[in-house]
Amino acid sequence: MMLIPCPWCGPRNQVEFTYGGDATVKRPADDAPESAWFDYVYLRDNPRGPHDELWLHSAGCRSWFKLRRDTRTHDIIASARIDQDLPGPVR
Amino acid sequence: MRYSIFSLARGALSRHQNWPLAWRSPAPKKRYDAVIIGGGGHGLATAYYLAKEHGITNVAVLEKGWLGGGNTGRNTTIVRSNYHLEPNAHFYEFSLKLWERLSQELNFNVMYSARGVLNLVHSPADMDTAMRRGNAMRLNGIDAKFLSRDEIAAWIPNLDCAPDARFPIAGGLLQPRGGTVRHDAVAWGYARAADSLGVDIIQQCEVTGIRIDGGAVTGVETSQGFIATPKLGIAVAGHSSHVAAMAGIRLPIESHVLQAMVSEPVKPILDTVVTSGAVHFYISQSDKGELVMGGDLDFYNSYAQRGNLPIIEHVVAACLALFPSFGRLRLMRTWGGIMDMTVDGSPIIAKLPVDGLYMTGGWCYGGFKATPASGYLHAHTIAHDAPHPLNAAFTLERFAEGRMIDENGAGPYAWAH
Repeated sequence: MMLIPCPWCGPRNQVEFTYGGDATVKRPADDAPESAWFDYVYLRDNPRGPHDELWLHSAGCRSWFKLRRDTRTHDIIASARIDQDLPGPVR
Repeated sequence: MRYSIFSLARGALSRHQNWPLAWRSPAPKKRYDAVIIGGGGHGLATAYYLAKEHGITNVAVLEKGWLGGGNTGRNTTIVRSNYHLEPNAHFYEFSLKLWERLSQELNFNVMYSARGVLNLVHSPADMDTAMRRGNAMRLNGIDAKFLSRDEIAAWIPNLDCAPDARFPIAGGLLQPRGGTVRHDAVAWGYARAADSLGVDIIQQCEVTGIRIDGGAVTGVETSQGFIATPKLGIAVAGHSSHVAAMAGIRLPIESHVLQAMVSEPVKPILDTVVTSGAVHFYISQSDKGELVMGGDLDFYNSYAQRGNLPIIEHVVAACLALFPSFGRLRLMRTWGGIMDMTVDGSPIIAKLPVDGLYMTGGWCYGGFKATPASGYLHAHTIAHDAPHPLNAAFTLERFAEGRMIDENGAGPYAWAH
Protein backbone atom coordinates (compact mmCIF):
# COMPACT_ATOMS: atom_id res chain seq x y z
CA MET A 1 0.00 0.00 0.00
CA MET A 2 1.38 3.39 -0.89
CA LEU A 3 1.03 6.37 1.45
CA ILE A 4 1.14 9.33 -0.93
CA PRO A 5 2.12 12.76 0.46
CA CYS A 6 -0.26 15.30 -1.08
CA PRO A 7 1.50 18.71 -0.80
CA TRP A 8 -1.80 20.24 0.36
CA CYS A 9 -3.36 17.50 2.52
CA GLY A 10 -0.41 15.47 3.82
CA PRO A 11 0.02 11.68 3.63
CA ARG A 12 -3.08 9.86 2.38
CA ASN A 13 -4.01 6.34 1.22
CA GLN A 14 -3.26 5.70 -2.48
CA VAL A 15 -6.92 4.88 -3.19
CA GLU A 16 -7.68 8.63 -2.96
CA PHE A 17 -5.41 9.35 -5.94
CA THR A 18 -5.49 9.05 -9.74
CA TYR A 19 -2.32 8.58 -11.76
CA GLY A 20 -1.44 11.14 -14.44
CA GLY A 21 1.76 9.83 -16.00
CA ASP A 22 5.23 11.23 -16.66
CA ALA A 23 5.62 14.78 -15.31
CA THR A 24 8.73 15.58 -17.33
CA VAL A 25 7.10 15.73 -20.78
CA LYS A 26 6.56 19.31 -21.92
CA ARG A 27 3.88 20.43 -24.34
CA PRO A 28 5.61 21.81 -27.45
CA ALA A 29 4.88 25.21 -28.97
CA ASP A 30 1.83 25.27 -31.27
CA ASP A 31 4.07 25.70 -34.33
CA ALA A 32 6.60 23.04 -33.28
CA PRO A 33 7.37 20.39 -35.93
CA GLU A 34 5.27 17.23 -36.03
CA SER A 35 8.18 15.18 -34.65
CA ALA A 36 8.15 17.26 -31.45
CA TRP A 37 4.41 16.55 -31.04
CA PHE A 38 5.01 12.85 -31.69
CA ASP A 39 7.64 12.78 -28.93
CA TYR A 40 5.33 14.61 -26.55
CA VAL A 41 2.25 12.45 -27.13
CA TYR A 42 3.79 9.00 -27.51
CA LEU A 43 7.41 8.57 -26.44
CA ARG A 44 8.39 8.05 -22.80
CA ASP A 45 11.71 7.43 -21.02
CA ASN A 46 9.96 4.83 -18.83
CA PRO A 47 12.84 4.77 -16.30
CA ARG A 48 13.68 1.85 -14.05
CA GLY A 49 14.29 3.86 -10.87
CA PRO A 50 13.22 7.37 -9.78
CA HIS A 51 10.31 8.62 -11.90
CA ASP A 52 8.81 12.12 -11.77
CA GLU A 53 5.08 11.78 -12.28
CA LEU A 54 1.77 13.60 -11.98
CA TRP A 55 -0.93 12.53 -9.55
CA LEU A 56 -4.40 13.94 -8.89
CA HIS A 57 -5.80 13.91 -5.35
CA SER A 58 -9.16 12.99 -6.87
CA ALA A 59 -10.93 11.96 -3.64
CA GLY A 60 -9.36 14.80 -1.64
CA CYS A 61 -8.43 18.36 -2.56
CA ARG A 62 -8.70 17.60 -6.32
CA SER A 63 -5.30 19.19 -6.99
CA TRP A 64 -2.69 17.89 -9.44
CA PHE A 65 0.83 17.64 -8.01
CA LYS A 66 4.24 16.10 -8.75
CA LEU A 67 5.58 12.96 -7.11
CA ARG A 68 9.03 11.37 -7.42
CA ARG A 69 8.69 7.61 -6.91
CA ASP A 70 11.08 4.70 -7.47
CA THR A 71 9.50 2.37 -10.02
CA ARG A 72 11.60 -0.60 -8.78
CA THR A 73 10.43 -0.41 -5.15
CA HIS A 74 7.40 1.97 -5.10
CA ASP A 75 9.34 4.03 -2.51
CA ILE A 76 8.19 7.66 -2.53
CA ILE A 77 11.09 10.10 -2.62
CA ALA A 78 9.44 13.53 -2.71
CA SER A 79 6.33 15.45 -3.69
CA ALA A 80 5.83 19.04 -4.83
CA ARG A 81 3.05 21.42 -5.80
CA ILE A 82 2.31 21.53 -9.51
CA ASP A 83 3.89 25.01 -9.80
CA GLN A 84 7.06 23.98 -7.96
CA ASP A 85 10.01 21.76 -8.90
CA LEU A 86 10.77 18.50 -7.17
CA PRO A 87 13.97 18.80 -5.09
CA GLY A 88 17.31 17.78 -6.52
CA PRO A 89 18.41 17.45 -10.12
CA VAL A 90 15.65 17.09 -12.69
CA ARG A 91 16.30 13.93 -14.63
CA MET B 1 15.90 -37.95 -27.12
CA ARG B 2 12.32 -38.14 -28.29
CA TYR B 3 9.67 -38.37 -25.54
CA SER B 4 7.16 -41.18 -26.09
CA ILE B 5 5.44 -44.06 -24.34
CA PHE B 6 8.58 -46.10 -25.01
CA SER B 7 10.95 -43.53 -23.49
CA LEU B 8 8.63 -43.40 -20.50
CA ALA B 9 8.74 -47.20 -20.14
CA ARG B 10 12.55 -47.19 -20.45
CA GLY B 11 12.71 -44.44 -17.84
CA ALA B 12 10.49 -46.47 -15.51
CA LEU B 13 12.81 -49.50 -15.80
CA SER B 14 15.68 -47.41 -14.38
CA ARG B 15 13.40 -45.83 -11.75
CA HIS B 16 13.51 -42.52 -13.64
CA GLN B 17 17.12 -41.97 -12.51
CA ASN B 18 18.68 -41.65 -15.97
CA TRP B 19 16.66 -39.06 -17.88
CA PRO B 20 19.01 -36.86 -19.94
CA LEU B 21 18.97 -33.11 -19.36
CA ALA B 22 16.37 -31.43 -21.56
CA TRP B 23 18.85 -28.79 -22.78
CA ARG B 24 22.57 -28.02 -22.50
CA SER B 25 24.07 -25.08 -20.57
CA PRO B 26 26.97 -24.11 -22.85
CA ALA B 27 29.44 -21.27 -22.36
CA PRO B 28 28.76 -18.48 -24.86
CA LYS B 29 30.69 -18.55 -28.14
CA LYS B 30 32.51 -15.43 -29.37
CA ARG B 31 30.12 -14.97 -32.27
CA TYR B 32 26.63 -16.02 -33.40
CA ASP B 33 24.61 -15.48 -36.58
CA ALA B 34 21.77 -14.22 -34.40
CA VAL B 35 21.37 -13.42 -30.70
CA ILE B 36 18.05 -13.18 -28.88
CA ILE B 37 17.85 -11.22 -25.64
CA GLY B 38 15.35 -12.79 -23.24
CA GLY B 39 14.87 -16.46 -22.34
CA GLY B 40 11.13 -16.38 -21.84
CA GLY B 41 8.56 -17.95 -24.12
CA HIS B 42 8.92 -15.30 -26.83
CA GLY B 43 12.73 -15.39 -26.98
CA LEU B 44 12.93 -19.19 -26.91
CA ALA B 45 10.18 -19.47 -29.54
CA THR B 46 12.05 -16.97 -31.74
CA ALA B 47 15.22 -19.07 -31.51
CA TYR B 48 13.29 -22.29 -32.19
CA TYR B 49 11.60 -20.92 -35.34
CA LEU B 50 14.86 -19.33 -36.57
CA ALA B 51 16.40 -22.82 -36.48
CA LYS B 52 13.35 -24.79 -37.60
CA GLU B 53 11.82 -22.56 -40.29
CA HIS B 54 14.85 -20.62 -41.52
CA GLY B 55 17.81 -22.96 -40.95
CA ILE B 56 19.62 -20.38 -38.81
CA THR B 57 21.00 -22.60 -36.04
CA ASN B 58 24.07 -20.65 -34.86
CA VAL B 59 21.86 -18.75 -32.41
CA ALA B 60 22.16 -17.82 -28.73
CA VAL B 61 19.36 -16.94 -26.31
CA LEU B 62 20.65 -14.75 -23.47
CA GLU B 63 18.68 -14.77 -20.22
CA LYS B 64 19.65 -12.65 -17.22
CA GLY B 65 17.88 -14.94 -14.75
CA TRP B 66 16.42 -18.38 -15.40
CA LEU B 67 14.24 -19.65 -18.25
CA GLY B 68 10.64 -18.53 -18.05
CA GLY B 69 11.27 -16.67 -14.78
CA GLY B 70 9.62 -13.46 -15.96
CA ASN B 71 6.18 -13.05 -17.44
CA THR B 72 6.15 -16.56 -18.94
CA GLY B 73 5.76 -17.91 -15.40
CA ARG B 74 3.59 -15.07 -14.10
CA ASN B 75 0.60 -14.94 -16.46
CA THR B 76 -2.80 -16.58 -15.97
CA THR B 77 -2.18 -19.14 -18.79
CA ILE B 78 -5.16 -18.10 -20.91
CA VAL B 79 -5.07 -18.41 -24.72
CA ARG B 80 -7.71 -16.94 -27.06
CA SER B 81 -8.12 -15.00 -30.31
CA ASN B 82 -11.36 -13.09 -29.68
CA TYR B 83 -10.19 -9.78 -31.14
CA HIS B 84 -12.12 -7.28 -33.22
CA LEU B 85 -9.55 -5.43 -35.34
CA GLU B 86 -8.16 -7.29 -38.36
CA PRO B 87 -4.41 -7.22 -37.58
CA ASN B 88 -5.05 -8.48 -34.04
CA ALA B 89 -7.65 -11.06 -35.14
CA HIS B 90 -5.42 -12.62 -37.79
CA PHE B 91 -2.34 -12.51 -35.57
CA TYR B 92 -3.95 -14.08 -32.49
CA GLU B 93 -5.82 -16.66 -34.58
CA PHE B 94 -2.51 -17.71 -36.15
CA SER B 95 -1.17 -18.02 -32.61
CA LEU B 96 -4.14 -20.12 -31.45
CA LYS B 97 -3.65 -22.45 -34.43
CA LEU B 98 -0.01 -22.91 -33.38
CA TRP B 99 -1.15 -23.59 -29.78
CA GLU B 100 -3.54 -26.30 -30.97
CA ARG B 101 -0.71 -28.49 -32.19
CA LEU B 102 2.23 -27.18 -30.18
CA SER B 103 2.60 -30.33 -28.04
CA GLN B 104 3.11 -32.40 -31.23
CA GLU B 105 5.35 -29.75 -32.79
CA LEU B 106 7.67 -29.61 -29.77
CA ASN B 107 7.30 -33.25 -28.61
CA PHE B 108 6.54 -31.73 -25.20
CA ASN B 109 3.16 -31.70 -23.48
CA VAL B 110 2.15 -28.06 -23.04
CA MET B 111 -1.29 -29.17 -21.81
CA TYR B 112 -3.39 -27.02 -24.18
CA SER B 113 -6.94 -27.26 -22.88
CA ALA B 114 -9.69 -25.93 -25.17
CA ARG B 115 -12.06 -25.26 -22.30
CA GLY B 116 -13.48 -22.10 -23.86
CA VAL B 117 -13.20 -18.43 -22.94
CA LEU B 118 -16.49 -16.79 -22.00
CA ASN B 119 -16.83 -12.98 -21.94
CA LEU B 120 -19.86 -12.07 -19.82
CA VAL B 121 -22.08 -9.18 -20.85
CA HIS B 122 -24.11 -7.23 -18.32
CA SER B 123 -26.19 -4.69 -20.23
CA PRO B 124 -27.79 -4.13 -23.65
CA ALA B 125 -24.90 -1.85 -24.66
CA ASP B 126 -22.41 -4.49 -23.50
CA MET B 127 -24.33 -7.06 -25.57
CA ASP B 128 -24.22 -4.92 -28.73
CA THR B 129 -20.45 -4.56 -28.38
CA ALA B 130 -19.96 -8.29 -27.80
CA MET B 131 -22.23 -9.21 -30.75
CA ARG B 132 -20.30 -6.83 -32.98
CA ARG B 133 -16.99 -8.36 -31.92
CA GLY B 134 -18.38 -11.89 -32.28
CA ASN B 135 -19.59 -11.13 -35.80
CA ALA B 136 -16.23 -9.59 -36.70
CA MET B 137 -14.50 -12.73 -35.41
CA ARG B 138 -16.75 -15.02 -37.48
CA LEU B 139 -16.11 -12.92 -40.59
CA ASN B 140 -12.41 -13.47 -39.93
CA GLY B 141 -12.92 -17.23 -39.68
CA ILE B 142 -12.63 -17.39 -35.87
CA ASP B 143 -15.06 -19.41 -33.76
CA ALA B 144 -17.48 -17.32 -31.69
CA LYS B 145 -20.81 -18.19 -30.17
CA PHE B 146 -23.30 -16.05 -28.28
CA LEU B 147 -24.82 -17.68 -25.20
CA SER B 148 -28.01 -16.57 -23.46
CA ARG B 149 -28.18 -16.08 -19.73
CA ASP B 150 -30.08 -19.37 -19.34
CA GLU B 151 -27.47 -21.33 -21.29
CA ILE B 152 -24.73 -19.84 -19.11
CA ALA B 153 -26.67 -20.56 -15.89
CA ALA B 154 -27.10 -24.22 -16.91
CA TRP B 155 -23.41 -24.57 -17.82
CA ILE B 156 -21.80 -22.72 -14.88
CA PRO B 157 -23.97 -23.32 -11.80
CA ASN B 158 -21.68 -21.40 -9.43
CA LEU B 159 -22.05 -18.18 -11.40
CA ASP B 160 -24.66 -15.82 -9.94
CA CYS B 161 -27.07 -15.42 -12.87
CA ALA B 162 -29.97 -14.12 -10.77
CA PRO B 163 -31.71 -10.99 -12.10
CA ASP B 164 -30.94 -9.16 -8.85
CA ALA B 165 -27.23 -10.06 -8.85
CA ARG B 166 -24.80 -7.21 -8.16
CA PHE B 167 -23.74 -7.35 -11.85
CA PRO B 168 -26.71 -9.00 -13.62
CA ILE B 169 -25.64 -11.27 -16.47
CA ALA B 170 -27.38 -10.71 -19.79
CA GLY B 171 -25.45 -13.31 -21.80
CA GLY B 172 -21.94 -13.98 -22.97
CA LEU B 173 -19.64 -14.31 -25.96
CA LEU B 174 -17.88 -17.66 -26.02
CA GLN B 175 -14.81 -18.65 -27.98
CA PRO B 176 -14.89 -22.47 -27.65
CA ARG B 177 -11.29 -23.02 -28.89
CA GLY B 178 -9.91 -20.60 -26.32
CA GLY B 179 -8.65 -22.06 -23.08
CA THR B 180 -5.48 -22.54 -21.08
CA VAL B 181 -1.93 -23.82 -21.59
CA ARG B 182 0.59 -24.87 -18.93
CA HIS B 183 2.85 -21.80 -19.08
CA ASP B 184 6.12 -23.21 -17.69
CA ALA B 185 5.91 -26.09 -20.16
CA VAL B 186 5.90 -23.58 -23.01
CA ALA B 187 9.31 -22.20 -21.98
CA TRP B 188 10.70 -25.68 -21.33
CA GLY B 189 9.26 -27.17 -24.53
CA TYR B 190 10.64 -24.40 -26.74
CA ALA B 191 14.00 -24.49 -24.90
CA ARG B 192 14.36 -28.24 -25.39
CA ALA B 193 13.31 -28.11 -29.03
CA ALA B 194 15.56 -25.13 -29.84
CA ASP B 195 18.51 -26.72 -28.04
CA SER B 196 18.10 -29.94 -30.02
CA LEU B 197 18.39 -27.88 -33.23
CA GLY B 198 21.70 -26.38 -32.02
CA VAL B 199 20.60 -23.17 -30.29
CA ASP B 200 22.76 -22.17 -27.28
CA ILE B 201 20.64 -21.19 -24.27
CA ILE B 202 22.75 -19.12 -21.87
CA GLN B 203 21.22 -18.35 -18.49
CA GLN B 204 22.60 -15.93 -15.86
CA CYS B 205 23.83 -13.76 -18.73
CA GLU B 206 22.60 -10.17 -18.51
CA VAL B 207 22.91 -7.86 -21.50
CA THR B 208 24.46 -4.58 -20.35
CA GLY B 209 24.98 -2.83 -23.66
CA ILE B 210 24.37 -3.00 -27.41
CA ARG B 211 27.36 -2.26 -29.65
CA ILE B 212 26.51 -0.38 -32.84
CA ASP B 213 28.96 0.55 -35.59
CA GLY B 214 27.97 2.68 -38.58
CA GLY B 215 24.26 2.34 -37.82
CA ALA B 216 24.38 -1.47 -37.61
CA VAL B 217 24.44 -3.86 -34.68
CA THR B 218 27.79 -5.58 -34.15
CA GLY B 219 27.13 -7.36 -30.87
CA VAL B 220 26.13 -7.20 -27.22
CA GLU B 221 28.04 -6.52 -24.01
CA THR B 222 26.99 -9.02 -21.39
CA SER B 223 27.86 -10.07 -17.85
CA GLN B 224 29.74 -12.96 -19.53
CA GLY B 225 31.68 -10.75 -21.95
CA PHE B 226 31.18 -9.39 -25.46
CA ILE B 227 29.27 -11.53 -27.96
CA ALA B 228 29.44 -10.55 -31.63
CA THR B 229 26.38 -10.85 -33.86
CA PRO B 230 24.99 -9.09 -36.93
CA LYS B 231 21.35 -9.75 -35.93
CA LEU B 232 19.95 -9.00 -32.50
CA GLY B 233 16.35 -9.70 -31.40
CA ILE B 234 14.90 -8.16 -28.24
CA ALA B 235 12.23 -10.28 -26.52
CA VAL B 236 12.14 -8.79 -23.03
CA ALA B 237 8.59 -7.43 -22.70
CA GLY B 238 8.22 -5.52 -19.46
CA HIS B 239 11.73 -4.17 -19.91
CA SER B 240 11.71 -3.29 -23.64
CA SER B 241 12.26 0.42 -22.96
CA HIS B 242 15.32 -0.36 -20.86
CA VAL B 243 16.96 -2.59 -23.50
CA ALA B 244 15.97 -0.43 -26.49
CA ALA B 245 17.53 2.55 -24.71
CA MET B 246 20.88 0.71 -24.94
CA ALA B 247 20.57 1.27 -28.70
CA GLY B 248 19.46 4.88 -28.22
CA ILE B 249 15.82 4.13 -29.08
CA ARG B 250 12.86 5.56 -27.14
CA LEU B 251 9.66 3.53 -27.32
CA PRO B 252 5.98 4.46 -27.01
CA ILE B 253 5.80 2.16 -24.00
CA GLU B 254 5.36 2.43 -20.23
CA SER B 255 6.01 -0.45 -17.83
CA HIS B 256 3.14 -1.22 -15.48
CA VAL B 257 2.51 -3.95 -12.92
CA LEU B 258 -0.33 -6.43 -13.46
CA GLN B 259 -1.28 -8.68 -10.56
CA ALA B 260 -2.67 -12.19 -10.47
CA MET B 261 -3.61 -14.47 -7.60
CA VAL B 262 -4.71 -17.99 -6.77
CA SER B 263 -7.00 -19.52 -4.17
CA GLU B 264 -6.23 -22.68 -2.27
CA PRO B 265 -6.70 -25.76 -4.49
CA VAL B 266 -10.13 -27.39 -4.59
CA LYS B 267 -11.78 -30.19 -6.57
CA PRO B 268 -13.02 -29.36 -10.12
CA ILE B 269 -15.55 -26.55 -9.84
CA LEU B 270 -15.07 -24.39 -12.97
CA ASP B 271 -14.39 -25.99 -16.38
CA THR B 272 -14.00 -22.86 -18.51
CA VAL B 273 -12.45 -19.38 -18.40
CA VAL B 274 -14.92 -16.69 -17.30
CA THR B 275 -14.18 -13.01 -17.85
CA SER B 276 -16.12 -9.82 -17.31
CA GLY B 277 -15.03 -6.60 -18.98
CA ALA B 278 -17.53 -4.62 -16.91
CA VAL B 279 -15.73 -5.42 -13.66
CA HIS B 280 -12.42 -6.23 -15.36
CA PHE B 281 -12.04 -9.69 -13.90
CA TYR B 282 -11.10 -13.12 -15.19
CA ILE B 283 -10.98 -16.53 -13.57
CA SER B 284 -10.19 -20.13 -14.42
CA GLN B 285 -9.25 -23.24 -12.48
CA SER B 286 -5.75 -24.65 -12.86
CA ASP B 287 -5.12 -28.37 -13.22
CA LYS B 288 -3.81 -28.29 -9.64
CA GLY B 289 -7.25 -27.04 -8.55
CA GLU B 290 -6.40 -23.44 -7.67
CA LEU B 291 -8.75 -20.74 -8.90
CA VAL B 292 -6.53 -18.36 -10.89
CA MET B 293 -7.74 -14.76 -10.96
CA GLY B 294 -6.67 -11.42 -12.29
CA GLY B 295 -7.95 -7.96 -13.07
CA ASP B 296 -6.70 -4.49 -13.84
CA LEU B 297 -3.28 -2.92 -13.85
CA ASP B 298 -2.24 -1.07 -10.71
CA PHE B 299 -2.24 2.07 -12.94
CA TYR B 300 1.17 3.56 -12.20
CA ASN B 301 4.61 2.94 -13.74
CA SER B 302 6.30 0.01 -12.04
CA TYR B 303 9.14 -2.47 -12.48
CA ALA B 304 8.54 -3.98 -9.03
CA GLN B 305 6.95 -7.36 -9.95
CA ARG B 306 4.58 -6.82 -7.04
CA GLY B 307 1.53 -4.65 -6.72
CA ASN B 308 -0.57 -3.11 -4.00
CA LEU B 309 -3.64 -4.17 -2.04
CA PRO B 310 -6.41 -2.03 -3.63
CA ILE B 311 -6.30 -4.06 -6.86
CA ILE B 312 -6.29 -7.36 -4.98
CA GLU B 313 -9.35 -6.19 -3.06
CA HIS B 314 -11.01 -5.15 -6.34
CA VAL B 315 -10.33 -8.53 -7.98
CA VAL B 316 -11.60 -10.49 -4.99
CA ALA B 317 -14.71 -8.28 -4.73
CA ALA B 318 -15.45 -8.87 -8.42
CA CYS B 319 -14.93 -12.61 -7.92
CA LEU B 320 -17.39 -12.73 -5.03
CA ALA B 321 -19.97 -10.64 -6.89
CA LEU B 322 -19.95 -13.18 -9.75
CA PHE B 323 -19.25 -16.37 -7.76
CA PRO B 324 -20.60 -15.87 -4.22
CA SER B 325 -19.78 -19.45 -3.19
CA PHE B 326 -16.03 -18.82 -3.69
CA GLY B 327 -16.16 -16.65 -0.55
CA ARG B 328 -15.41 -19.79 1.48
CA LEU B 329 -11.99 -20.15 -0.17
CA ARG B 330 -8.76 -18.65 1.09
CA LEU B 331 -6.44 -16.68 -1.16
CA MET B 332 -3.15 -18.54 -1.29
CA ARG B 333 -0.72 -16.43 -3.34
CA THR B 334 -0.56 -13.13 -5.18
CA TRP B 335 2.17 -11.87 -7.49
CA GLY B 336 2.84 -9.27 -10.15
CA GLY B 337 4.39 -9.14 -13.60
CA ILE B 338 5.66 -6.15 -15.55
CA MET B 339 3.71 -5.28 -18.70
CA ASP B 340 5.03 -3.32 -21.66
CA MET B 341 2.00 -1.06 -22.09
CA THR B 342 1.99 0.54 -25.54
CA VAL B 343 0.02 3.68 -26.24
CA ASP B 344 -2.46 1.86 -28.53
CA GLY B 345 -2.69 -1.44 -26.63
CA SER B 346 -1.17 -3.50 -29.47
CA PRO B 347 2.28 -5.08 -29.73
CA ILE B 348 5.41 -4.18 -31.72
CA ILE B 349 7.00 -7.04 -33.72
CA ALA B 350 9.30 -5.22 -36.05
CA LYS B 351 12.65 -4.05 -37.33
CA LEU B 352 13.97 -1.17 -35.26
CA PRO B 353 15.70 1.91 -36.74
CA VAL B 354 19.18 0.34 -36.32
CA ASP B 355 20.32 -2.22 -38.92
CA GLY B 356 20.21 -5.76 -37.57
CA LEU B 357 18.06 -4.84 -34.55
CA TYR B 358 14.59 -6.31 -34.08
CA MET B 359 12.06 -6.57 -31.28
CA THR B 360 8.96 -8.36 -30.15
CA GLY B 361 7.37 -6.51 -27.26
CA GLY B 362 4.72 -4.08 -26.18
CA TRP B 363 2.50 -6.99 -25.22
CA CYS B 364 0.24 -5.20 -22.77
CA TYR B 365 -1.99 -7.93 -21.28
CA GLY B 366 -1.67 -10.18 -24.33
CA GLY B 367 1.81 -11.64 -24.24
CA PHE B 368 1.31 -15.23 -23.16
CA LYS B 369 -1.32 -16.20 -25.73
CA ALA B 370 0.84 -14.57 -28.41
CA THR B 371 3.96 -16.62 -27.60
CA PRO B 372 4.09 -19.03 -30.58
CA ALA B 373 3.06 -16.45 -33.20
CA SER B 374 5.32 -13.80 -31.71
CA GLY B 375 8.30 -16.16 -31.93
CA TYR B 376 7.35 -17.33 -35.42
CA LEU B 377 6.95 -13.82 -36.84
CA HIS B 378 9.90 -12.31 -34.95
CA ALA B 379 12.05 -15.11 -36.42
CA HIS B 380 10.65 -14.42 -39.90
CA THR B 381 11.39 -10.70 -39.53
CA ILE B 382 14.97 -11.42 -38.37
CA ALA B 383 15.65 -14.02 -41.08
CA HIS B 384 14.27 -11.94 -43.97
CA ASP B 385 15.05 -8.48 -42.55
CA ALA B 386 11.41 -7.76 -43.41
CA PRO B 387 8.09 -8.49 -41.71
CA HIS B 388 5.71 -11.33 -42.52
CA PRO B 389 2.23 -10.17 -43.70
CA LEU B 390 0.84 -11.16 -40.27
CA ASN B 391 3.08 -8.71 -38.39
CA ALA B 392 3.40 -6.03 -41.09
CA ALA B 393 0.99 -3.77 -39.17
CA PHE B 394 2.80 -4.09 -35.83
CA THR B 395 5.55 -1.61 -36.65
CA LEU B 396 7.22 0.97 -34.42
CA GLU B 397 6.52 3.62 -37.08
CA ARG B 398 2.72 3.21 -36.90
CA PHE B 399 2.51 5.65 -33.98
CA ALA B 400 4.12 8.48 -35.96
CA GLU B 401 2.11 7.57 -39.06
CA GLY B 402 -1.23 7.58 -37.25
CA ARG B 403 -1.91 3.89 -37.97
CA MET B 404 -2.86 2.91 -34.43
CA ILE B 405 -4.26 -0.54 -33.74
CA ASP B 406 -6.40 0.58 -30.83
CA GLU B 407 -8.77 -2.25 -29.87
CA ASN B 408 -10.34 -0.18 -27.07
CA GLY B 409 -10.35 3.19 -28.83
CA ALA B 410 -8.84 4.46 -25.59
CA GLY B 411 -6.34 7.07 -26.78
CA PRO B 412 -2.65 7.54 -26.15
CA TYR B 413 -2.41 6.66 -22.45
CA ALA B 414 -0.41 3.52 -21.88
CA TRP B 415 -2.39 2.51 -18.79
CA ALA B 416 -5.78 3.02 -20.52
CA HIS B 417 -5.54 -0.18 -22.59
